[in-house]
Amino acid sequence: MALLEVKDLKVRVEEREILHGLTLTVNEGEVHAIMGPNGSGKSTLSHVIAGKPGYEVTDGQILFKGEDLLEMDPDERAAKGVFLAFQYPVEIPGVATMTFLRTALNAQRKARGESEYSTPDFLKKVREVSKSLNIPQDMLKRGVNVGFSGGEKKRNEVLQMALFEPSLCILDEMDSGLDIDALRIAADGVNALRSPGRAMVVITHYQRLLNYIVPDFVHVMSRGRVVKSGAKDLALELEASGYTQFEDA
Amino acid sequence: MPAVQETVERVKRIDVDQYRYGFETLIDSEKAPKGLSEEIVKFISQKKNEPAWMLQWRLEAYRRWLTMREPTWARVEYPKIDFQDIYYYAAPKPKKAVSSLDEIDPEILKTYEKLGIPLREVAMLEGVEPKVGEEDPARRKIAVDAVFDSVSVATTFKAELKKAGVIFMPISEAIREHPELVQKYLGSVVPTSDNFYATLNSAVFSDGSFVYVPPGVRCPMELSTYFRINERNTGQFERTLIIADKGSYVSYLEGCTAPQRDENQLHAAVVELVTLDDAEIKYSTVQNWYPGNSEGKGGIYNFVTKRGDCRGNNSKISWTQVETGSAITWKYPSCILRGDNSRGEFYSIAISNGFQQVDSGTKMIHLGKNTSSRIISKGIAAGKSQNTYRGLVTAHRKATGARNFTACDSLLIGDKCGAHTVPYIEAKNSSATFEHEATTSKISEDVLFYCIQRGLSQEEAVGLVVNGFVKDVLQQLPMEFAVEAQKLISISLEGSVG
Ligand SMILES: Nc1ncnc2c1ncn2[C@@H]1O[C@H](COP(=O)(O)OP(=O)(O)O)[C@@H](O)[C@H]1O
Ligand SMILES: [Mg+2]
Repeated sequence: MALLEVKDLKVRVEEREILHGLTLTVNEGEVHAIMGPNGSGKSTLSHVIAGKPGYEVTDGQILFKGEDLLEMDPDERAAKGVFLAFQYPVEIPGVATMTFLRTALNAQRKARGESEYSTPDFLKKVREVSKSLNIPQDMLKRGVNVGFSGGEKKRNEVLQMALFEPSLCILDEMDSGLDIDALRIAADGVNALRSPGRAMVVITHYQRLLNYIVPDFVHVMSRGRVVKSGAKDLALELEASGYTQFEDA
Repeated sequence: MPAVQETVERVKRIDVDQYRYGFETLIDSEKAPKGLSEEIVKFISQKKNEPAWMLQWRLEAYRRWLTMREPTWARVEYPKIDFQDIYYYAAPKPKKAVSSLDEIDPEILKTYEKLGIPLREVAMLEGVEPKVGEEDPARRKIAVDAVFDSVSVATTFKAELKKAGVIFMPISEAIREHPELVQKYLGSVVPTSDNFYATLNSAVFSDGSFVYVPPGVRCPMELSTYFRINERNTGQFERTLIIADKGSYVSYLEGCTAPQRDENQLHAAVVELVTLDDAEIKYSTVQNWYPGNSEGKGGIYNFVTKRGDCRGNNSKISWTQVETGSAITWKYPSCILRGDNSRGEFYSIAISNGFQQVDSGTKMIHLGKNTSSRIISKGIAAGKSQNTYRGLVTAHRKATGARNFTACDSLLIGDKCGAHTVPYIEAKNSSATFEHEATTSKISEDVLFYCIQRGLSQEEAVGLVVNGFVKDVLQQLPMEFAVEAQKLISISLEGSVG
């Protein structure tokens, strides 16, 4: 079943059109990679799906589980299962990571009409997940992302993904700024979350990440459009030939 | 609409709708006629059954006040106050001396109940205290003095405090029962001639709290006073005096609310703290006077003089304030570091929204040797408000080894508000070390979106970020009040209805 349907999407930022009619369909259980040179509109697409203010959708639509996503507030989208792992996770001084996780999780559950987690259940869950991601407990006591290394920030994103159990995960440049070891830990965390009911959109500039998170489909973006789609081999092809062929298109 | 823009829109709509404490209590009250004269000063003194020396003290202050002018140096604007258009005394009826809670007008008790203050813990009140062993040990006791308009209506836990030797009572009672202490200390920190509002207060104050902690005693519970203005056009001029004798310790908290009114109301309190050798006073304030409506109409003018005197060696005074209310706040809780090795602290959260104007800060006056002070100020401005930190740190010629650390952080929400930092630093000897740090930042669009992407509403996101910003100061509040303050901070900034 189609989980996410982006149809002929046109988006402007400050009067300038960035996405010029983008179409993409992601079914449950699938992992899609979106590749493309810098400035091709990958992050813009992820922000529009998540509902970040400042983007004007001038045409097209986005359906999520058949519902009009663009009609929903961003927090409502989160509660419905849209998760965006940010390329640059922000720091929130003075707010302990543990407090943040709990506040967010309970906000989502409340929006869905579910009961809040009890303290022991919540702690148990956080401990399990953070252990598998190699996140020490004292990191959770620190302010959200404050003084975290690049790898720790990305692991914190994956931790949240695991806790919130979204049905759509969008990972924007998860590999940026990570060394191989950090990348492997984060990618293992993501792979553990692959499931038949959950889809992922993995945005990356480099093919490297796709050695660790192997996609079912690969799309190439250039200048605000998907210019080519294919199976996972397309990524290797790109690695060899580069993006220049699409730049001229 | 961008997130910040939306927040700005939301905060514009708040205050009137958001001010949860804006109800009026319907009780009869007895007022002095409007306006101020020697007759009114005498009337107040008479109502309080005061001794002659007290009346004399008031009259001297009044005569002095007639020669003084309102200060204009603060960054606040308001129409000229007509001091003859104010009631200087209002007492809820029945006004006979109250010895137990049963005698208090139930309407007043209901008011305090609505405020959610510990007075409602009837089972814990004096006379109806639980028997030994019945008490919940997890719940710490808090003794409360409730001041309604100008009169103290109830003080709890008197007996238990008395056992420890601690005196905690309305100052009007202390003037009669402990004249030697009051005469010795009243006006010794804030002299009657100190400033326009303090002098006015000295002439007309009608009640407030008095605390004396004897040598070597650690006060067995938190002491707390709740002030509420109820009457229309009534000024509230409370006077608080706290003395910590040698080697003693006390933690004191004040809370304030007022009903919604179209007109502005004047509040000019004076608080004096004295610590002798090795003593410590921790004074916390959660100020939530009515801030005025969304057009800037009404609200309390909060012109307050608070000062502590570390008179003894190795003594310490610590001010913590959470200021969310009032149309105008003019307030500089200060420390005179007279004793050698004494220490002063000022921790402040000042939130302004709508048309609120805050000009607040502290003075740390280093007189003794090796004195130290610490200032942590967090200002948050939203709506069309103006938020100024004004601080003075001075070291006297003899104050060798004086040390100060100051950190002032301001957070702006929206682009129609202003935050200002005005630090004055003066060192008259070369061995003083003063450090000053200041930052001003706007609440980040990206941080808000991050929180919202994780499921928080706009309001929850702002509340969370701001509470993180003020965390260092919140931690200084007694546990019981930190949670309350945290909620208050969220309410005063969010668009959600409380
Ligand atoms: N807030 C913004 N204001 C103006 N231009 C923007 C903004 N965000 C993105 N753009 C422009 O949109 C284009 C696509 O950017 P982006 O989506 O970040 O690309 P990618 O993630 O593929 O590198 C770029 O040309 C970029 O400069
Ligand atoms: Mg990008």
